[in-house]
Amino acid sequence: MTVATIEGRHVDVDAEGFMSDPQQWDEALAEALAKNIGIEMTDAHRAAIRFARSDFMTTGETPTLRRMATAGGVTTKDMFLLFPKKPAKKLAYVAGLPKPVGCV
Amino acid sequence: MKRLVVLGAGTAGTIVVNKLDRVLPKSEWEIVVVEPSLVHLYQPGLLFLPFGRYEQADLVKPNQPLLPSGVSLIRAEVERVDTEVGQVLLLGHDPVEYDQLVIATGTAPRPDMTPGLDGPQMGKTVHEFYTLEGAVALRQALSQWEGGRLVVHIVELPIKCPVAPLEFAFLADDHFRQRGMRDRVEITYVTPLSGAFTKPIASQQLGGLLDRRGIDLEPDFYVERVDEGALVSFDERSIPFDLLVTVPLNMGADFVARSNLGDELNHVKVDPGTFLANGLSNVFAIGDAAALPTSKAGSVAHFSVDVFVENFLEHIAGRPMERRFDGHANCFVETGNGKALLIDFNYTTEPLPGSYPLPVFGPLRLLKETRINHLGKLAFRPIYWHVLLPGRRLPVPIEMSMTGKDAVPDDPDLTVSKTEEKV
Repeated sequence: MTVATIEGRHVDVDAEGFMSDPQQWDEALAEALAKNIGIEMTDAHRAAIRFARSDFMTTGETPTLRRMATAGGVTTKDMFLLFPKKPAKKLAYVAGLPKPVGCV
Repeated sequence: MKRLVVLGAGTAGTIVVNKLDRVLPKSEWEIVVVEPSLVHLYQPGLLFLPFGRYEQADLVKPNQPLLPSGVSLIRAEVERVDTEVGQVLLLGHDPVEYDQLVIATGTAPRPDMTPGLDGPQMGKTVHEFYTLEGAVALRQALSQWEGGRLVVHIVELPIKCPVAPLEFAFLADDHFRQRGMRDRVEITYVTPLSGAFTKPIASQQLGGLLDRRGIDLEPDFYVERVDEGALVSFDERSIPFDLLVTVPLNMGADFVARSNLGDELNHVKVDPGTFLANGLSNVFAIGDAAALPTSKAGSVAHFSVDVFVENFLEHIAGRPMERRFDGHANCFVETGNGKALLIDFNYTTEPLPGSYPLPVFGPLRLLKETRINHLGKLAFRPIYWHVLLPGRRLPVPIEMSMTGKDAVPDDPDLTVSKTEEKV
């Protein structure tokens, strides 16, 4: 467990920089996290993040791209536009959720 | 008289039935198995069939003799499980009531879920080796192929035997070398993962093996559709191929969705320690059918049944289930040229280098290519039929052990610290 300083705040992160305590997250932090990975936040980003967080709170798991499309209504195409190249991981990173389980 | 119904007589279902038949008192419990197929397929052999190591007949056996004689076997497809009343609705057969239900219907390739994959090119330039027919067609295609661009591809995870497509790439490289045509073949490995495999240390080791064989890696590729002669990703990348060997989306049985028991891919949502379906007290899912955060693999089915059987006896006696499955998986990874490596891991410990203690046979090297690992992989087929499926004890630990494993190497490449790089 490491502590990172983001926007002057101390947050717990894992070895790869994903926040490990979703409770430390808020929307202001999300803006800073997005900037860290070169994403300019729009309302579409915020809506995807809001769904991902509420889904995590009920299922205990970071949603996969398939779940974002079927339960969250954000198509995979759109996810790639919003969070280019690695949408599931980038979404989790900005939403302050654990890295999606790399299906083994 | 109480009734245990087991859906599916694949690896997990067969082991569960054989083990429980020995320990459940016959005066109190009846076991009913539902399985539409007449045969049991040795799935690990499908990887080798396209390269001519096995014939079809080597991989299938009638399934009835693999089950205990006292159990009833119903040959029918499951329509739906009604968990409210505790019965299984079947197609063309009366419903079967259960006191306890075990879902072991596995996961299966679904090429129809990717646009363009299940089209006229399937079996010609587009292939898969997760079914017997697919593996046979691929064998034919490989034997006649003159060379060109071979693309080995995974649609989406999870898939059963997640190392199989990598092994296929290694074996293909070896196959073309032996035929003296490797210089006429370009091999590309296309995956939705960010590397050759999921867990960092294994991913690095296996990625190195691709590199040494001149196999290109195309990571983070999430396929949208298959055009004629090209894979196209959601972010508009196009990978041309002359021969595509893909692993289609893997999904659990459709009745799982109709019974409201599954996730988006119809894998049953369960407690990963006990396999009890979420919110229910008499429905379990075991093997590939369950949504577990570990590999979908025969070794997982084997290790989990051991935990399950002990727990199940407690559960039906009204006592708490005390054992928890640790996610233990153990896979030989065939790397070509008569060698293989071995990985051993669980929910919390990724595959590590070192050695794996094995009585009689001697220690096996972990994450290192050796001849003896390859022999171990081949020796597994008779063990599967004669020891594993009948539920006899194999001389390997059920829970993962750290014995012989090297501590996590302190490699800065494996613990990247800058967010931009990792995400």
